[in-house]
Amino acid sequence: METFTYYPGCTLRTKAKDLDTYARASAQALGIALEEPADWQCCGGAYTTAKDEIATKLSAVRVLNSAKEAGQPLITVCSACHNVIKQSEYDISRDEEMASKVNNYLGLAEPYTGGTKVYHYLEMLRDVVGFDKLKEKVVNPFTGKKIAAYYGCLLLRPAKALAMDDPENPTIIEDFIRAIGGTPVIYAQRNECCGGYITMEDKAQAQKRSGAVMDSAKDMGAEMVITACPLCLYNLKKNSGSDMPVYYFTELLAEALGLKEESNE
Amino acid sequence: MQRIGVFVCHCGTNIAATVDVKAVAEALGHEAGVVIAQDYQYMCSESGQELVKSAIREQKLTGVVICSCSPRMHENTFRKAAASAGLNPYLVEVANIREQCSWIHKDIATATEKAIILGKAAVAKVALNTPLTSMESPVVKRALVIGGGIAGIQTALDIAEAGFDVDIVEKNPTIGGKMAQIDKTFPTLDCAACILTPKMVEASQNERITIHSFSEVEDVKGFVGNFTVKIKKKARFVDETKCTGCGLCTEKCPMKKVPNEFNMGLDNRSAIYIPFAQAVPKVATIDPNYCMMLKTGKCGVCSKVCSAGAIDYKQQDTIIEQQYGAIVVATGFNPIKLDKYDEFAYNQCPDVVTSLELERLMNAAGPNGGTLLRPSDKTHPHTIVFVQCVGSRCDDEKGKPYCSKICCMYTAKHAMLIREKYPDTEVYVFYIDVRTPGKNFDEFYRRAVEQYNVHYIKGMVGKVTPKSDGKIDVQASDLLANEQLHINADMVVLAAAIEPDKTARPLATMLTTQMDTNDFFTEAHPKLRPVESATAGIFLSGACQGPKDIPETVAQGSAAAAKAIGLLCKNSITCNPCTAHSDELMCNGCSSCEKVCPYGAITYIDKEFRMPDRTTKIRRVASVNPAVCQGCGACTVACPSGAMDLSGFSNSQIMAEVDAICK
Repeated sequence: METFTYYPGCTLRTKAKDLDTYARASAQALGIALEEPADWQCCGGAYTTAKDEIATKLSAVRVLNSAKEAGQPLITVCSACHNVIKQSEYDISRDEEMASKVNNYLGLAEPYTGGTKVYHYLEMLRDVVGFDKLKEKVVNPFTGKKIAAYYGCLLLRPAKALAMDDPENPTIIEDFIRAIGGTPVIYAQRNECCGGYITMEDKAQAQKRSGAVMDSAKDMGAEMVITACPLCLYNLKKNSGSDMPVYYFTELLAEALGLKEESNE
Repeated sequence: MQRIGVFVCHCGTNIAATVDVKAVAEALGHEAGVVIAQDYQYMCSESGQELVKSAIREQKLTGVVICSCSPRMHENTFRKAAASAGLNPYLVEVANIREQCSWIHKDIATATEKAIILGKAAVAKVALNTPLTSMESPVVKRALVIGGGIAGIQTALDIAEAGFDVDIVEKNPTIGGKMAQIDKTFPTLDCAACILTPKMVEASQNERITIHSFSEVEDVKGFVGNFTVKIKKKARFVDETKCTGCGLCTEKCPMKKVPNEFNMGLDNRSAIYIPFAQAVPKVATIDPNYCMMLKTGKCGVCSKVCSAGAIDYKQQDTIIEQQYGAIVVATGFNPIKLDKYDEFAYNQCPDVVTSLELERLMNAAGPNGGTLLRPSDKTHPHTIVFVQCVGSRCDDEKGKPYCSKICCMYTAKHAMLIREKYPDTEVYVFYIDVRTPGKNFDEFYRRAVEQYNVHYIKGMVGKVTPKSDGKIDVQASDLLANEQLHINADMVVLAAAIEPDKTARPLATMLTTQMDTNDFFTEAHPKLRPVESATAGIFLSGACQGPKDIPETVAQGSAAAAKAIGLLCKNSITCNPCTAHSDELMCNGCSSCEKVCPYGAITYIDKEFRMPDRTTKIRRVASVNPAVCQGCGACTVACPSGAMDLSGFSNSQIMAEVDAICK
């Protein structure tokens, strides 16, 4: 069994419990052990990616360092946390000035200058488990289900730092959908922004953006939408005006693996 | 006793503004062997040269140092001046105090100090210079043109017209290139095929032109006037000399599901094919990736129907070796792949096409016989959106930093042709800028806007969303009106950036010519030598040197031909006397030099030597062919025993320069 340091992130403790619960249950079934570090904190959300601010990056670097100390790769599941942590890893291993400032703040036993391999849960499925192997373990396939993958903007961009998939023409979630027996629906808005935090101050804008995503998916024949991002899920559900169901990809994964009932107990 | 003259140029203010030229002349005047040190405003001018000449005569100079611009600029000028005053031209040295000093420094004191040091190094070197004499080398009176598009065809026709033999090597089964795929040409709207195909025929019928179609350059050796080129004729499984081009085999071939490259994959061809009706040579070619006979050994239909008996399933690649005096590169361009631009949904929707695909869709010989229909459902499009600069003028690594130059004009052409033929179709063009410099170009674009009512909108398209009803939602910004737009379109046409052909880079390595970061061939001088490469005897024709439209390509093709003809007219050319030579007494025959020589100029000979004890011994030693040696110096640094030396740049001269700099 391969062991990963697992960073859930704070939304997964509150609003996005489903994303977390099903991720843990499925990982276990797939032979992946997830170890949560004792002292993780909020990744800092989108503020962390501001170039001129060091304090907001400290939390991300702290968890990267925990994984390094544990000698394990790090795994994330929330799109936003993944984006922040992966970008911080990218920056600290390339930007000496940033690395020295961060280490001055943190005062770690040994300075952290990069080196932790960061996987998104989907990358783990693709690169560690393998979609072919996953397919073999599916007991409740989504045969005939037309499922639209919603990437949003954070999961794949910036492409250089995230290095997960082609940001304009990605395939990773579609391949996942095929692995669990469903039929992926390709639609143009799948990698556009849902409106994100703008829902706080300009609800109409978020409604327009998330509406465009849901309409485009529905128009191309989707029966449901899956995502890895709690904020996307919120916008697509609450702001889009669409009644098409939206799920976390981990929920479908758990269901396909026959774990949904037991993990809800 | 050395008598050296030093001449310091002001180059107007180019040097004099940053370097105290009088101080440089004064300082160098005190160097050992220097008998005269002068400064002058323009040393390269007639009177500046006269200054040098009279000093050589009056002071009986044995060496001259010119402190001026790069030797690439005026070394020849001063060598000629010295020669006319009776001094061996190779006793002239140039210290570059402009590009390597005044232009890159701001502080006068440090720049002056550096100029003096550079001058001292040149003085130290010139004291060790020896007179050198150039040899002559014969010129093979035959030219090679690599690439058979309109650029290569024009070059070959012009060279043949001047009375020289010329070979065209074309990697595809037919010559014609991109122009053969184009429907109409701007700004006159004449049919591309109508003006191109007569030239193709002319090339094939000209007895001085040999066309090697479906062939590639494998290897290039030698130097200006005497290149040896290996050309690989790829197996086309059809005997070119027997095939009559009747096309019966292509009709009968059962394998008809091969994407047709000529129509940009918009329809299919058979496994044995003739690319298009006017192909030259009009000879069938078998595609081994699809031919059932070649893949499984079962079929043979084409062989049965061919009355000429031209089919040969056992044909192999053959290599031709040929001598050439001049080589013209005309490898052309391709539109970039649009995989990284999926915001335009190119990979998702068949009705999002590139401009070159649109050319085929509108061409009478294209997949729809010239009627513009949507590839997806063969219906007539009523709203078409053009997006310009897709991948051009792009500041990230997805695209190209340069302007592809031809897109504004062909987009205006497409828009105009569509409005002319289908007045019920609304046409929108999104642009960053409309760039139309060229004879009658802006008038042409104005006509599209004013007469044909094409909707030109300044702004870029952000997202193309194909919808289930077959319509395409185009989201864009109108920068002048400052508003977001949604256009419900039937087709989207992307003006993809153009890039050099993929064969250009390996070819540049073979030819030892330079390319820029975008893989366009670099010309010898951007303004004054636009069709020559920096490598003697290699000329550039067409879009391999930079994006170009047809008139420019033809002009450059003819210019490259003129340069090649100028070379081929000579019976012999003067060689560079700065070649390598080996001290046979020091050479131990290790072959290190032979291995690094890029020109194959070094061979080994067994030679008899008298030993100190009066016996003789046969030893293996290096021997340089001075006619082939280009003086690159690779062998001199590879030689472990220090036997190899370069005339004009000897080890002792280089060390003297280093010593002078470090003193």
